[in-house]
This record gives sequence, structure tokens and C-alpha cells, in this order.
Amino acid sequence: MSVRLSTGGRLIDRATEISFSFNGARLKGYAGDTLASALLGSDQMLVGRSFKYHRPRGIVASGAEEPNALVNMGEGARFEPNQRATTTELFAGLSATSQNHWPSLEFDVGALNAKLSRFLPAGFYYKMFIHPRSFWKHVYEPFIRQSAGLGRAPDSEDADSYEHFHLHTDVVVVGGGIAGLLAARAAAVTGAKVLLMEQTAHWGGRAPVDGGLVDGQPVGDYIDALVRELSEMPNVTLRLRCMASGVYDHGYLLGYERVRDHQPGAPGPRHRLWRVRAKQIVTATGAIERPLSFAGNDVPGVMLASAVRDYLVNYAVSAGKRVIVATNNDDGYRTAIALKQAGQEVLRILDARETGGGALMAEARRLGIRIDCGRAIGKVSGGKRVKKVQICAYAGAGGALEEVACDAVAMSGGWSPVVHLWSHCGGKLTWDAEQAYFRPDATRAPTGADGQPYVVPAGSANGVMMLDAICGDAVEAGRAAAKAAGYKLKKAAAIEAEPAPETPIEPVWMMPRDARVQLRMKAWLDYQNDVKVSDVQLAAREGYESVEHTKRYTTLGMATDQGKLSNINGLATLADALGAEIPAVGTTTFRPPYTPISMGAIGGEARGAVFQPLRRTAMHGWHEKNGADWEPVGHWRRPYAFARSGESVHDAVMREVKNTRENVGLLDASTLGKILVKGPDAGKFLDLLYTNMMSSLKPGKCRYGLMCNENGFLVDDGVVARIDDETFLCHTTTGGADRIHAHMEEWLQTEWWDMQVYAANLTEQYAQVAVVGPKARMLLEKLGGMDVSAETFPFMTWQDGTLGGFDVRAYRISFSGELSYEIAVPTAQGLAFWEALVAAGKEFGIMPYGTEALHIMRAEKGFIMIGDETDGTIIPQDLGLNWAISKKKEDFLGKRAQERAHMTDPNRWKLVGLETLDGAVLPDGAYAVAEGVNPNGQRNTQGRVTSTYYSPTLCKGIAMGLVLKGPERMGEVIEFPGTDGTVFKARIVDPVFYDKDGEKQNV
Amino acid sequence: MLTLECPYCGVMADETELTAGGEAHLKRFGPGSSDEDFEAYLFERENPKGVHFERWRHSHGCGKWFHAARNTMTLEVYGTYPAQTSEPPVEIRNKISGIAPGWSWRLFK
Amino acid sequence: MSEPTSALNRAEFKGIAKVEETGLHGMITLRGDQSSAAIKKAVLSVAGTVMPEQREAIFSDTGGVVWMSPDELMLLCPYSEVEARVAALNEALAGTHALAVNVSDARTVFRVSGPAARDVLSKLTPADLSPEVFGPGQVRRSRLAQVSAAFWMEDDETFGLFCFRSVAQYAFDLLKVAAAEGSEVGYF
Repeated sequence: MSVRLSTGGRLIDRATEISFSFNGARLKGYAGDTLASALLGSDQMLVGRSFKYHRPRGIVASGAEEPNALVNMGEGARFEPNQRATTTELFAGLSATSQNHWPSLEFDVGALNAKLSRFLPAGFYYKMFIHPRSFWKHVYEPFIRQSAGLGRAPDSEDADSYEHFHLHTDVVVVGGGIAGLLAARAAAVTGAKVLLMEQTAHWGGRAPVDGGLVDGQPVGDYIDALVRELSEMPNVTLRLRCMASGVYDHGYLLGYERVRDHQPGAPGPRHRLWRVRAKQIVTATGAIERPLSFAGNDVPGVMLASAVRDYLVNYAVSAGKRVIVATNNDDGYRTAIALKQAGQEVLRILDARETGGGALMAEARRLGIRIDCGRAIGKVSGGKRVKKVQICAYAGAGGALEEVACDAVAMSGGWSPVVHLWSHCGGKLTWDAEQAYFRPDATRAPTGADGQPYVVPAGSANGVMMLDAICGDAVEAGRAAAKAAGYKLKKAAAIEAEPAPETPIEPVWMMPRDARVQLRMKAWLDYQNDVKVSDVQLAAREGYESVEHTKRYTTLGMATDQGKLSNINGLATLADALGAEIPAVGTTTFRPPYTPISMGAIGGEARGAVFQPLRRTAMHGWHEKNGADWEPVGHWRRPYAFARSGESVHDAVMREVKNTRENVGLLDASTLGKILVKGPDAGKFLDLLYTNMMSSLKPGKCRYGLMCNENGFLVDDGVVARIDDETFLCHTTTGGADRIHAHMEEWLQTEWWDMQVYAANLTEQYAQVAVVGPKARMLLEKLGGMDVSAETFPFMTWQDGTLGGFDVRAYRISFSGELSYEIAVPTAQGLAFWEALVAAGKEFGIMPYGTEALHIMRAEKGFIMIGDETDGTIIPQDLGLNWAISKKKEDFLGKRAQERAHMTDPNRWKLVGLETLDGAVLPDGAYAVAEGVNPNGQRNTQGRVTSTYYSPTLCKGIAMGLVLKGPERMGEVIEFPGTDGTVFKARIVDPVFYDKDGEKQNV
Repeated sequence: MLTLECPYCGVMADETELTAGGEAHLKRFGPGSSDEDFEAYLFERENPKGVHFERWRHSHGCGKWFHAARNTMTLEVYGTYPAQTSEPPVEIRNKISGIAPGWSWRLFK
Repeated sequence: MSEPTSALNRAEFKGIAKVEETGLHGMITLRGDQSSAAIKKAVLSVAGTVMPEQREAIFSDTGGVVWMSPDELMLLCPYSEVEARVAALNEALAGTHALAVNVSDARTVFRVSGPAARDVLSKLTPADLSPEVFGPGQVRRSRLAQVSAAFWMEDDETFGLFCFRSVAQYAFDLLKVAAAEGSEVGYF
């Protein structure tokens, strides 16, 4: 059983007891504990179930590499699944539950899978779910969905906030162990700006646990002094609880700071994503110990030797009272020694090496620990916790020599440098055969914008494992980074650390070496996804030679821990099965993030009111108060209709159309683009941009124009007003303002840069109101100021003047077919002007109208709408707009494209009006069917609906559509199948349904 | 995520401040051009593994278009320069030759 | 004519920094060749300052001139004077290819102040706001989360910034979130 010892624990504060709950049970820990240390301290060895076989699982590791101890944290709005107990700091009231079992952790029905494990080998999914095909939909897919996923999704809105933080610095040092701290100081003393990130809540990393002397001091004291020194340097920023999650192009690095995870509910963001641009990045990310692959290595109580040591030294928690240590290297002895010194019983050290280790072995022996060399674990027994171990010869098939009862096993398979960040952006690795690990290949570093390396590995992340060498390597790394960032180096004093020679590791990829198949089937590689030695061997037998393919076939390393623990074991097993060298098999690709980061951190501030920008006109607040039903148009919100109390939106739209046609309506047209184009070449420029002639427009006049792209397709339309000889004001669609302004700038800057033209986007400078309807003139006359009579202010002209005391620019243009003035006032007076119109218009029955009424009125008039009649494949000729395409101009954007064979094809669908025979409204987007079927067996089509409305003016459905040879087929009836089996019959008619001669707008 | 120096502002701009604008130095073919030339102008683009010339716009900054010469494999940036030119400046071409001898891109070497 | 109103009516928020919408300002976009004598002379006579260098922002008691791009300046002045200044610019620039236009109502100006001001803005913009890179006298055009903005420093703890008026509420809400109590970064 795991226990809390009565003394020791360098990170816990025994004066502060903390109570928490696990699966409803109330447990106690201390301030400074992680959830994992507190659970172990309470003898909670079973913490979860594996994904596939639902095997009982306990804590294996003490850090980010933990595959098993994933728990649901919190409740309600602070619930989050898959939180690693080993990296979760304990806080008062913490409530955690275990995952992946039903009905309970202790008794789990899903554990039946383990009994069937013989039938669920690697690739089971691919083999099983193929036949019979008919089973997929109703049997296999529901089954897979039921068992897929780890933890459960939160069901309420996250109560916390998140944010980003951008910064630029010279050097980022990742990892706050001895190497990171020394590298940071070495860089900082040159004057470089340094940011040091440490993922845990403590400085120092492993060194204080493993011990040693640096410059004559115990390494723990040396680190404390180093941290104090760094915190006083103005050019150094120290950040705990901040993990570097990824290294990206051009020195971009993401840091994931867990600001409030240990203080839930405190003000401030829960997580902060650091978006860093660094000139140089030092990766002092340490190393991770590898498990040994023996049968039963997943039984709760079997742990990494380093983790056993961490829990003991940092938290005074012993993994067991009677422990067996299995190792293939000297470091494992440290755990045995620490346990012994803490008064725990170490039953055996099983060293796979025939001749054992060096100085550490001698010390263990001196302490009276029994050491068996050339021995290995054959099998660990026990269900929910370790009960006994069968000991065998390492060089054998696993025949038991002895059986020893114990309650914990510490295993050490050697160390793997954490090369993730080095590798994220292209850093290559080299296999160190002597030490049996991949380490960064300094000659193939990731390179930045200047083509030079920008990542420097340091310490054990660089494959340097001994304390004295780590110190030297870290200082060199820090200096190299500072130099590459442009700082001058001074001589640095050498750091003296106690050298501790060790005897070389003997690589052990399977224990015992020739384990028989029954053992291999119980020797776990990937704990979370339940991948065993036998699965990888099966994959190799079935022809999976590439490590990337084997990964996907077996799911090795695909769990949330991404194979941190034992990917090397897995690929060594694959190499062995293939008879290949390990470096020839290679590694899978390391991709960010290093450990999972929250979606909240990625989203940052972008949620709720600031999820995305919402653009508001000056009258937005008025619309809101007056019942606007909103329609998003780009980032704008435009009123769709103004529903009165008790009125449906549809009824409101009908009323608004009717009132505008009979009395007077007001439309907030502020969102329409207004781009000022000025210069001696402005006319020439606009002639190239619009399909029709703009240079011939007289000052004071307005002209409707079309814009196409170089592909010939219609991209925007609007009214151009000529202000003076050199100046034009181009109106664009609401969604087109920024796009068309950018389009103009692009052509001016990149193709016609010799033209003397400037453009300015004045869209937001003006609030614009369309005053529309037969009584519009009466209303404006009542406001008084400028002469708005037909004689002095005719259709398609504009004038500056005043109305009701407001300085205005008024345009006599119409998108509704009614008498209409569009009036622009400075935005700062937009609301006041709108309110003045509403007040003055009362006697004329004035009502605001929204975009839907606007759409119906324009459709009644047969006016096209960009985005309805056009979809990026429509040329003006398709819409019967040939009148707006100049024949005289030599060139305009789109002219050449419109001469291409496909564009002049007489069979292109053309715009017509459509009228259902029974007055019903055609479904939007419906296709007209033609005789026969296409090669896919679908009905042939001959047209489609582009706009369709119920017209309150005509009291029937009206529509526009594109139809094969449409304009030649007036009067013909074509069929539009609906989605529900009904068929709409519609007659092809002229698209202008209302006031064909335009008498109403031109009065 | 790239950083490119805007040659107009003189700042190192984050990629999120920029808009990518496709291949640089396209020659426009308008009315009167052959179908082949016009098709190539509209649709045919380089997609090199190596040296490339691109258009970018400092859209959240000064709003200006500029060109970038960079390597699509290593992401090394050889230089950025204003868009008012129909070919890469000689000094940039020379610089690329120093780093990647034997490079070629469309008509340029 | 009624009293013109700014987008947010001088709304304020106080968290780890103070955020204020500073009301209406006269703003003129002036496009032209900044090396031409005529433009320099017009700027000097109308705005009272010399032509700013690249990314320079020059302020006086009654306004200022902000460099926006190699052919664009933003002239600041009291709101009531903007029309007169546009007219004066147009007069001074008669015969010169240039564009001077009133954009006062198309922008909203904010001030973000306090010791944490750099931290607050750094949550929203990828621009480098380190004191050694960015300080009073300079302007940077960049983005503030998802919208464009230009910012400068009035002193070492005070930023001025403007964005388009239609997104004033969004920008204010963003700044409020970035300046929320308890969200100190403590970096700068």
C-alpha cells in the first residue's frame, strides 16, 4: 500500500491540511501536494480504467507523461475531463472522479473486454467492422460511438475566462530545472531579454530530488540562490505553471500558463496563452524515464522508479512498504537508496545487467539492499494492486526462479530526452546507441527567417544526463542563444559540479529478453490505449514497416499522452520485430501541443460579446429599441424587419413593404460602402474597374455600375456619383465596402501604380438614410432646407444642402422603384437625423423598414442583388445587364474573360422572372428539372431559383431565376420539385413585376 | 506562423497582420491577348518547393501591398520589397544566389 | 443640426488599467506624396508641424499628425475645426495631386492608461510593445484582436488608439476584458 510518511516532503506544508474528494470519498492532503501525491498518500492506488480493455490502472508517473491518472475535475460550469492528476495542484474543495468505467471504478462491466483481449488485437477495428457491410450503420457505428471518447464532455458553459498575451523577446528558456536556470542566467548576463518558463509550480526540476553538489553546495540550495538572482535581474521574466506547448515557424512559441487552475474561482483568467516571438529558444525540457516492458507492468503499484523517488522526496509519500526495483541502468538504484533511507523495505533490486552497476550499486549494497544482477521481472500479479512478482533470468523466456510478495514495483528502463519542442519545427534527431536514446542532432536544428538555427537544446533534453555535464552544457546553451540573438559574450566562470560516473545502460526493450507470448500479451507499451508488445509484433508480421503506419494501426502513442512514456519502447519493439536498427525505423512525428491545452486558452478573449466584431451603425440602438429582428450582413447587424408587439416578423415585413409603397418608409442604408476616388486619372481608373463608362459621367450626376473580377464574374454593383472633375464617390454593397476598397488599392498599387488616383473608404463617415415612397418628397419639404422638387433635383442626380438644419448630401436614387432620396449626414449626427425624420414623418405614416422589405421591393422591380443572383460564377450578360457593359471601352477588368468560349456560350442560364401558376412561393434555390438523367442518374436541370418572395404588392409569390435560354422562353411553364415531393409549376416571365416603365421612381 | 518585414512601415509584421495575395510578378493579359496567354495569366501558378516570390498585403497595418522572396521549404525569407515592380530586385536575386546557388523561378535565375 | 455624439459617449472602465472613449476628435486623412514641398508646406501651415518620419506621431496642443503609410497621414484637430482645416488643406494643395478628407466620424478614439497599459494592449495585439521598441512619438498600425487599430503613446503609461467607429463597442468590450480585475500579467 502507498502511504504518507510522518516526516519529509520538500514541497508539502504539513501545517496546511487540504480536504478534497475522489469518487465522492473525502480525503486529505497537504498544501503543495499534487492530486496524484495526495491520492497515493491516501492509499488510493487504483485511479482509472484503460480505454480498450478497461484494465484497472494506477499512477505510473509524476509529471506530464502520466498516461493513467486522468480524472474528471470539478462540477457544472467548471467541469473538465481528462485532467492529469500528476500535474494538478491540490486545492481545498477539489473534487475529482475517475473515468472510463461503469458502473464504478471498483466494479466495471467494460472490464469484460479484458477477458476478450485475445480477440481484440491490434487492427481489430479494421478487421472486425468491415463485414457485413449492412452491420455498419445499425450495429458497429452505434457501438463504436458508445465506446469512443475518454471522459465526458462538459454540459454547461465554462464559467472561467481566458486570454492571450503577445510578447517579443531575445531568448525563451523552456524548463526551470537546473539546466534551464543556468541557461537563463548565462543568456541574461549578456544583456539579452530572457523569458524562462516552467510547467510545474516549482523551480529546480529533478535535480533537488536526485541530489548532488554544485559549486560545493547541495544542488537544492544552489537552485534557490539561482532563482533569487534571476528574479532580481530586470531583463529576466520568470514564469511558473507555464508550459511551452509548441515551437513554430520564425521563432514563434506558444506558452500555456495555468494561472488559476490551483485557485478556481479567483478573479482573473484561468489560462493565458503566451504568444511569443523569440529570437532564440533554449529547450531545457529534461528527460522522461521509460518503463520496462514486462508482463503485468500496468498493475496499479507498478511505477516509474523516478516517480517513486519524486513522491517520496517531494511529498513524503511512499509507493509501497515492500518494494521491488527493476532496472537496466544505474539511476534506478537512486530510488532504492532513497526508499531505504526513508525507512521503507526494498526487497530486491533486479538489475538486468549481468555485472550490475557502479558507485550507486555499491552504495545500495552498503545500505544492505539485496541486488540480483542478470535478473528480471517475469510477471507482476495482482488485480487492482500489486501482490507479488515472479523473478526470472533476464536472458531467458521468463521461467520463474522465485516469487516474492510485495506491494509496489519501481521500474527504470532508462531515460529519453524530451525532444518534442526541438522537433516541432523541423529539428532532427540522432540515435545515441551507447545511452539508448534519441537526442537532438545539433547539425540539423530548426532554422528561422534568416536561415539560421533558432533552437538550442540544453541539459538532459540534449542527451546530457550527469549533473556536472548538465551544468556545463546549460551554460553553453544559454551563451549560444544570447550570441545568436546578437549579444556579446564575456568570459564565464566554470561551474563545478560533483561528477558521478555511472555504468552504461543495457537497453532492455522486452523483459525478459525472450519473453514467451503469454507474457508479451500482458506487457504494456501504451497504457492509455492498451497497446502491448504483442500488438506491435503482430503489426510487424502483418507488414506494417513504417513507424507512422504501425502507430495508426495499433494506436500506439495516439492517446492524450502522445506516447511520452513509451513510444521509444514501442519503436524499439517494432525495430526488433522487423530485424532493423532503431534509427532506421525512426520516430513518429512530434507535433504541438506538448501536452493538451484547453480550448479556452486557444480561443482567448474571443467569446460572448467579443466572440467576433459586431459592426453597428449610428442608429443601431434605435433599431434595437424599436423591435429590430436582426440579420447579419458581414459583421454588420441590419434590421431584417421591425416587428411591433404582437406582430409576427412576416407580418411586419408585409406591412413595411405596403407602407413604403403607399406612404413613406425609412431604411438605414449606412452600411452601404462609400469610397471616394480622387485624382487626375480617377475617371480612367473607374473605367477600368466598372464594366460601363464612368469617365463620361457629369458632375452632379449618378450612374449605376457593375464591377467584375479578371475572371469576368460580377463581384459588386452600386451607384457612382461624380462629385467634381477629379472626384467620384462609389457606392458598394454592404458586404463589399472593405473588399472593393481593397480591390481598388490592389490594382492601384500593384498594376497601375503610375496612375494618379487616391481612394479613401468613407463608409463609416456617413450615416445614410433612404427616404422612400410616394410621400418622401412631402416629408423632406416639411423638414425644409434644400429644394427637393423633381425639376431642380431630378432622378439620378445628387446635391449638397441642408434638411431640417442638418448638413446633408442627398442622392436621388432608388432601389425600390419608388420615389426615393438617399441622404447622407455625418455619422455623429446620424441618430439625430433619423429621429428628426421619424418625428416629422408621423403625419405621412412613416415607418422604418428592414432588409427583407428592401429585398422584396427590389425583386418586384427585377433588380438583381449581389450574392442572390450572383454566386461568383455569374457574368453580367447572364443577368441581362448587357446595357451596363460598355462596347466602346478597350479594356476593363473582366472584359477579356467575358470573351472566352464558355462565357459566350448561348446555353448559359439567363435571368428571368418566375411566377407560380397557383401564386405559391417557390422554394429558395430550387432547381428546374429537364428531360432525362445525367450520368449519375440524377434528373437533368435547366435552371434554378435565385430570389423568391411573397409580394404583398402583387399578392402572390414572385421569383427570379436563371434558366436555360430563359429570355427566349417567355410564357413557358417549367417544373421545380420541392424537397417534400411537391412540384412547383412556374411560368417564365419578365423579371420586372412592378411598374415596368419606372414611372414611380422618376417623379 | 511567419513574420515578414513590411517594406513601407519598416516593422516586422506578424502573419496575422498580413493577408497573403498569391504569386508575385504576374503579367496581366487583357483584351486582344491569346487564349493561351490569358489562361496562363488567370490560372497557371508556380508551386515550388524552394525559392518563391509572393504578394502580401499589410492589411491590418499600412494597407500596402509588398512582395516577399522566401523559401517554401525552409521558410527562410530572402527579402521583402515594394510591389511597384515587375521583377525581383537584383540585390534580392543576388542574395538568393549566394544562399541557394542554381535557383530558378519562372524567367528568373 | 444637432449636437454630434461620439460612438460611446465617453464611456469609461477602470480595471487593471483605465479605458476611456475620449469623445469626438477632428480627423483628416491626407494622402499625397510626403516628399513633395507642397504637401510638407500644407501640413506645416494647417497642422503646424513638420512632416512626420516613418511611424512617427507628432502632437501639439491643438492636434497632431500621425504617419499612416508612405502616402497617408492622419491629421488630428479639435472636432469643431475639422471642416475649416480640410478647406485650408484643399486650398493649400490646389493643383497638387492629393486627397484631404474628413474622417472624424468614421473613427473612435480610446485612451488606455496606467502602469499595466502595455500589458493590457499586449493581450490584444501582436505588435511589439516593449519599451525599447515602442514609446511616445511613435505610431503602430496593427490589429486589436479581430479589428484594425492604430496606437501611439501619450506618455510611458498612456496609449491613445483609434479604430473604426462601427466597431467601437467591440473595441471597448475587448479592452474591458483585457483590463479585467485580477488579470495582471506583470510582464512589462
